[in-house]
This record gives sequence, structure tokens and C-alpha cells, in this order.
Amino acid sequence: MKILVCISKAPDTTSKIAFTNNNSAFDENGVQYIVNPYDEWYALVRALEIKETSGADVTIITVGTSADEAIMRKALAIGADEAVRIDAEPTDAFMVASEISNYAKTQGFDLVLTGKETINFNGAQIGGMIAEGLNSPYVSIASKLDVHGTMLTLEREITGGVEVVEVALPAVVSCAKGMAEQRIPNMRGIMAARTKPLQVLPSTVTEALTSYVTFASPPAKSSVKLIDPNNMDELVSLLHNEAKVI
Amino acid sequence: MKNLVYINGNGHLSKAAFEVVTYAKKLGGNVTVLATGKMDSSLLSSLGAYGATEVLINRGITGNDDQQIAAWIASKASEVSNIVFSHDFQGKAIAPRLSVRLKAGLIAGAVSLPETDGSVKVNVFSGKAFGFVKAHSAQRIISLLPNSIAPEEIGNSCPVSEITEEMGATTVRVISVKKPEGAIPLPEAEMVVSAGRGLKGPEHWGMIESLANSLGAATACSRPVADIGWRPHHEHVGQTGVAIRPNLYIAVGISGAIQHLAGVNGSKVIVVVNTDAEAPFFKAADYGVVGDAFEVIPKLTEAIHKFKAAQ
Repeated sequence: MKILVCISKAPDTTSKIAFTNNNSAFDENGVQYIVNPYDEWYALVRALEIKETSGADVTIITVGTSADEAIMRKALAIGADEAVRIDAEPTDAFMVASEISNYAKTQGFDLVLTGKETINFNGAQIGGMIAEGLNSPYVSIASKLDVHGTMLTLEREITGGVEVVEVALPAVVSCAKGMAEQRIPNMRGIMAARTKPLQVLPSTVTEALTSYVTFASPPAKSSVKLIDPNNMDELVSLLHNEAKVI
Repeated sequence: MKNLVYINGNGHLSKAAFEVVTYAKKLGGNVTVLATGKMDSSLLSSLGAYGATEVLINRGITGNDDQQIAAWIASKASEVSNIVFSHDFQGKAIAPRLSVRLKAGLIAGAVSLPETDGSVKVNVFSGKAFGFVKAHSAQRIISLLPNSIAPEEIGNSCPVSEITEEMGATTVRVISVKKPEGAIPLPEAEMVVSAGRGLKGPEHWGMIESLANSLGAATACSRPVADIGWRPHHEHVGQTGVAIRPNLYIAVGISGAIQHLAGVNGSKVIVVVNTDAEAPFFKAADYGVVGDAFEVIPKLTEAIHKFKAAQ
């Protein structure tokens, strides 16, 4: 079984979110990049679990510049077998997904995994776009994934509940919490990652369908109004008269 | 101008449906609602009140197969300017497919109507910032975060056409659905009462439910509480759980870790109850009560009952 895990870089959750260049770009100054948690903790680790129980070849792919090789080595250290980097600065979700589906089309992957979204753009677009590019079935926001031969059984989020579905391979799945647990790479993994193959391929896509014109920080929250714990009538009155939410 | 809206016609007609129809109407022009599922036509015709020109319900697609639904929507998309989805589980699955199929830019997670320059405000960095996104394509797809705009009733019912257009065999077979009966789905709830480890054990959730019932709110919990099994996973709000944007979010005994805030910082008003005055959540709160939840929550519930009785 051949599994492709799509990974993206994301700023560490504790990073300060600020913008530069007249608010048109994310300020990377002092920002530590990590593998997007949904891609790493759930998609990659589940792929490795499948590899361990039933055998699989796990390739990771990212669209980015040579600066992204640090996060790729991390994914290799956790246990991926090989890595592919499409050498291009990502412009939008359509461009990134098209790069990945163009690559995957000729490689015969049985399963393509992504995180449910990135923590920087929160678009949840890549998985569905790759699935369309590959003309494959797609199961989004899956919290459980089991392989039975050529079939997958999954649990996925629906509004207010969970749906259990079955789908035939090849398929694309976006992964959410519940599917696997975070793994910390050990020294052996880190050493092995240095010599694992990391292939750099040229970009095949030039078109982007969207772009960010500008960014803005949310308005600063005015400081909290403290209410006497023995005066809940005051809180109710504030919620009604001031906040107007009840 | 012609706009399309997709809604899921399985289950009830949700607030999210009224929101997306209102949004499409405000973009200008005609609004055709495309629906799939078993919902009664008379129910669907009520979408006219929010600005729908007409509703087409396809009885040939019964499940949530995004491949079938995207193919069907694409077949209706000629000369359409905007296609609007709710940024829910289906919008997240269908809209990206449609974007590739139509080569139409997808603006995912919109929180307001387009600006004068045509860009649309979206949530980015897990609620820590906004971005303004422009589509460069002739057609544009927008998925709208729930609770971003208020539904507006402006007219009467509209005609509903029932059609049966099968879009091939489904590739995603549904085996079962687990849905708690009667509960308000969290992303749609206008008020949410949430509790964390400060409650000390699952046996103390009765007072959280009483408070939620007094308000007509949904209940939620923090990640540790779901992880140790005090509450079901679908109640977990935060970065790895459900992201919500209710009008009122009451957090009880939750310290307010950055990952929790990422899932709730879109809430309009946040009330925090915590014994620890130094809890980071107070920095994100509008109203705070430093006190013991076991004393504060019953008092708050009683105050709400008193307020409601006086209304």
C-alpha cells in the first residue's frame, strides 16, 4: 500500500501573529515553523500506524521552498519513508492542491491524507481539491480510519454528530483529532531522517484563483469587567442591557 | 446577477441555511437554492422569506456524497456569479471540489459581506487575525462561517421544484449515523455554556446543564474533559475540536489555554467563571467572575430564571 501524506508548515501555536509590508504579508520575524499539527499528529501518525500493522510505504509531500526542508526532516524523523518537495512558493490552496494532485496522478497512491485544515489559514480546502484533481472519493474531517483490504472504514464529523462511512481505495481523507496520537521523534529516527530520500521536483502550476489583499488583527479586547460572585443579578442585567445577548 | 446557494435538505432547516440565503441575497441579484435530501417542499419554500428566488431539490441525491453534489451543482452553474455554502462539514467537502471543477476561486471561512474592493473578510490564524481575500476568477465560491451574519426575513415563500437527477453511484457508503437526539448542534448554537477541569468530575455537570437550559444554550467542554471521558468528544470546543462563534460563551472552570481560545475567540461576548483570578481566560473575557463555580453557577442560573420570569 502506498500512502501520500500532505504536510504544510505552520507557525508554532505560541507565535505572535503580526503582519508586515503594509499588512499584506505575515511577519515571519522570529516565527518558529512547525509541521501543521493536523498534518503531523493525525495524518502522518495514522499513516505510520497503518505501515506498522499492515505494511505501507509512506511518502510526505509539501509545496514550498528549501526553507521548508526542516519540517520535512521532522516528518521523516517521525517515521515517513521518503519526502517530496515541489519547489515553489505556495500562492493559494488551488495552486498547492493542483501541484500535489499533478504529482500524485502518476504515482499510484492508494491513500492520500491531509490534515483537516492548517492552523494558519483554516481554509479546509486542500483535501477536497486534491480529491477532485484525482477524481477520487473524499472523506473530510475523519476522526477514525481503518483499512480492510481495499476498503476504508471511517468516522467523520457531520453537523451535530458523527457518520460512519465506508469507501473503496484509492481515496483522499482529511484527518482530525481522534485518529492518532502525537509522536515525538527519537534519536534513531532523527539520525535516519538525514539519509532518507528527499526529492525536489519543479512546479507544474502557475495559476492561483485567489489572493490575500490584506490582513488585520482583531480589535483589542477591552479589559474584563469583574462581577461580584454574590451579585449574579448584575451579570444578568449587564448581559441584557449592555451586551444585549440575552 | 445569479447566485446559487447549497443547503443540506436532510434533517431540519437550520439557522445556517437562513444565513447563507440572506448572504447570497445581499450579494445582489437572484438566488437559486440547490438542495439535496428528503426535506419537505413546503419547508424549503420558506427560504423565500430570506430572499431565495426559487428552490430546486434533487431527490436523486440522498446522502452526503460530495462528489455527486459537486457534480450536480456544477451542472447548474452556468452564468452564475457566486456560489455560497455554509463553512460546515459539507461546505468544507463540496466547495473545494467545485472550485477545481469550475476553476472558481474559493473564499473559505468568510465572516462578512464583500468589501467595496471585492475582497471578503475571512478568519485566519485560528481566529487570531482576519484576512481579506479576493477571487481572480469570473465565478466566486464563498463558504460562510456560521453565526457571521444575522438572517433577515424580507419576503414570502418561494416556488420549489422537485427534480430527480442522479449523478452516478455513490462512492461513500454510509453505515451508521451517531447523533445525539434533540441537542442543539454546537456550531449553530447562539449561546454555549462550557466547562472544564475546574468542575472536578462528570457528576457535577448537572449544574452546567441547568444553566444551559435556563438560557436555551448548548453545552460544551474543554479538551482535557473530553480526553478523560467526562464528556463526549463532540462537545469539545477549541482548536482541535469544534470552532464556535456564538453570541454568548460562558466558560466555567476553564483556564483558557491558547488552543482553547482558538476555538472560541469568535464569540461575541465571553463570560469567564474561575476561582483563579490569574487564569489567562480573563484576558479574553468581557465579563469575569472570580469565584467558586459550585456557588456561582447555581446563583447565576437562579438569576436567569428570575430575569426570564420578569420578561
